[in-house]
Amino acid sequence: MDAAVAQTKATNAPIKVDIRGVNFYYGQSRALKDVTMPLYKNHVTAFIGPSGCGKSTLLRALNRIYDMYPNQRAEGEILVDGENILDQKQDLNLLRSKLGMVFQKPTPFPMTIYENIAFGIRLYERLPRAEMDSRIEAALTQAALWTEVKDKLQASGLSLSGGQQQRLCIARTVAIKPEVILLDEPCSALDPISTAKIEETIEELKTEYTIVIVTHNMQQAARISDYTAFMLLGELIEFGDTAMMTTKPRVQKTEDYITGRFG
Amino acid sequence: MSAARMSPLYAGRRRRNSIFMALAGASTLVGLGFLAAILVTLVVQGFGALNPRVLTAMTPPPGSDGGLLNAIAGSLVMTLLGVLVGTPVGMLAGTYMAEYGRYSQITHVVRFVNDILLSAPSIVVGLFVYEIMVAPMGHFSGLAGGVALAIIVIPVVVRTTEDMLLLVPDPIREATTALGAPRWHMISHVAYRAAKAGIITGVLLAVARISGETAPLLFTALNNQFWSTNLNAPMASLPVIIFQFAISPYADWRDLAWAGALLITAAVLLLSIAARALNMKRGS
Repeated sequence: MDAAVAQTKATNAPIKVDIRGVNFYYGQSRALKDVTMPLYKNHVTAFIGPSGCGKSTLLRALNRIYDMYPNQRAEGEILVDGENILDQKQDLNLLRSKLGMVFQKPTPFPMTIYENIAFGIRLYERLPRAEMDSRIEAALTQAALWTEVKDKLQASGLSLSGGQQQRLCIARTVAIKPEVILLDEPCSALDPISTAKIEETIEELKTEYTIVIVTHNMQQAARISDYTAFMLLGELIEFGDTAMMTTKPRVQKTEDYITGRFG
Repeated sequence: MSAARMSPLYAGRRRRNSIFMALAGASTLVGLGFLAAILVTLVVQGFGALNPRVLTAMTPPPGSDGGLLNAIAGSLVMTLLGVLVGTPVGMLAGTYMAEYGRYSQITHVVRFVNDILLSAPSIVVGLFVYEIMVAPMGHFSGLAGGVALAIIVIPVVVRTTEDMLLLVPDPIREATTALGAPRWHMISHVAYRAAKAGIITGVLLAVARISGETAPLLFTALNNQFWSTNLNAPMASLPVIIFQFAISPYADWRDLAWAGALLITAAVLLLSIAARALNMKRGS
């Protein structure tokens, strides 16, 4: 399926994650079919396609979160910095500290805003209080939430609005300094204003992180991503430069989807 | 609804509705009536028998003054023992079932057996502990009483722990795992915290349940007329004292039985209210 990957316009960005011939199974049913594509470092890649096309499945393969469930398995190779993370010897906790994930519905933990972020940091580092404080401030600032919560860090994370909760989850993810951030339809449960804020946040984050975002929303992909992968029924139909793909896709199916003929 | 559209079918349904509403109301009244009668009798008789000596003196021989102090202490000790032994065992089992063995066959078997244990007559538990502890040791003991109560606590705690952990949404587990937290850390720091109020409620309800149990104690702790906190000796408890005193021919013993019954009821009521309050907090 290498043919699906277009000659993207001369990019010098190195490949951070190289997905090679990945198949995914839920029990007997095959959800991904030989998916191959690169994810470029410090760029935003969007996975688009109709429901059930496998875009979330592919995202969930990247940090092997599917490993929590029996009967789910991936085959093929996913190289992160050249290392195949589908290898059984892969240390999963280490992998997940490197590839952070934000979910469709906000998932604040049942603890204070401060603790929500300190929780992840404490998994890896023992910090003196002052240093912890500044790390938390930095993370909240990166997620564009600091000004809204700086006076109520001891309030429950559950007391925030949906959009704030989602930015809290982004802050929690960046706080442990991952290299890649995986976002699984992070705005689908949010109103347009919160969505705009999250998109601004993503825009700022991409200078430091490699970002992958799953989205239903073609306009969102066009606004924030550098590369787009269009998927259908478990197959990668087209991968390429977002600007190119949204204006003149090479494949008829992509054009049908983008112009709203189905999906 | 205009009269013209009141079809015979709809009119019949309305009639049936009022008949069943009346029946449901009547049966509620009957149930509540009995409950009220029990409580009123208990309060009237129990309050009459309450005095400071109930809480300060030991159970008396017939014909002399006394109280329930040794029985209250015995109940507290054995209930505490039952909860301290039963809660960790129940929580560990419930945690295994909800978090580790959710998809495994053994969980289904354990859940089935646990449900049987949950509804097992408590006298069977008493006989069981009699066979494995009292008979080999050669004497009744507070320890055996505590173990019998623990066996009643375990299935309640197993069930609530499993149920409450299953209520914690999987995305929370995924989010914790996605930060790189090992599973045990996810359970102890996030899942337990999310399920805390529910699990505590379950434990409180288990306490309420065992604080009124008589049958398992008859075969295990038996009774003791004197002050004793020796777990290796027979131990008094409120339910057993109530049982013994209530069927006695002595008026002062029967009065003490009423006072004891009122105390237990009040304690269980307080626990239920505490459990309810915790649940409301969880709902908010």
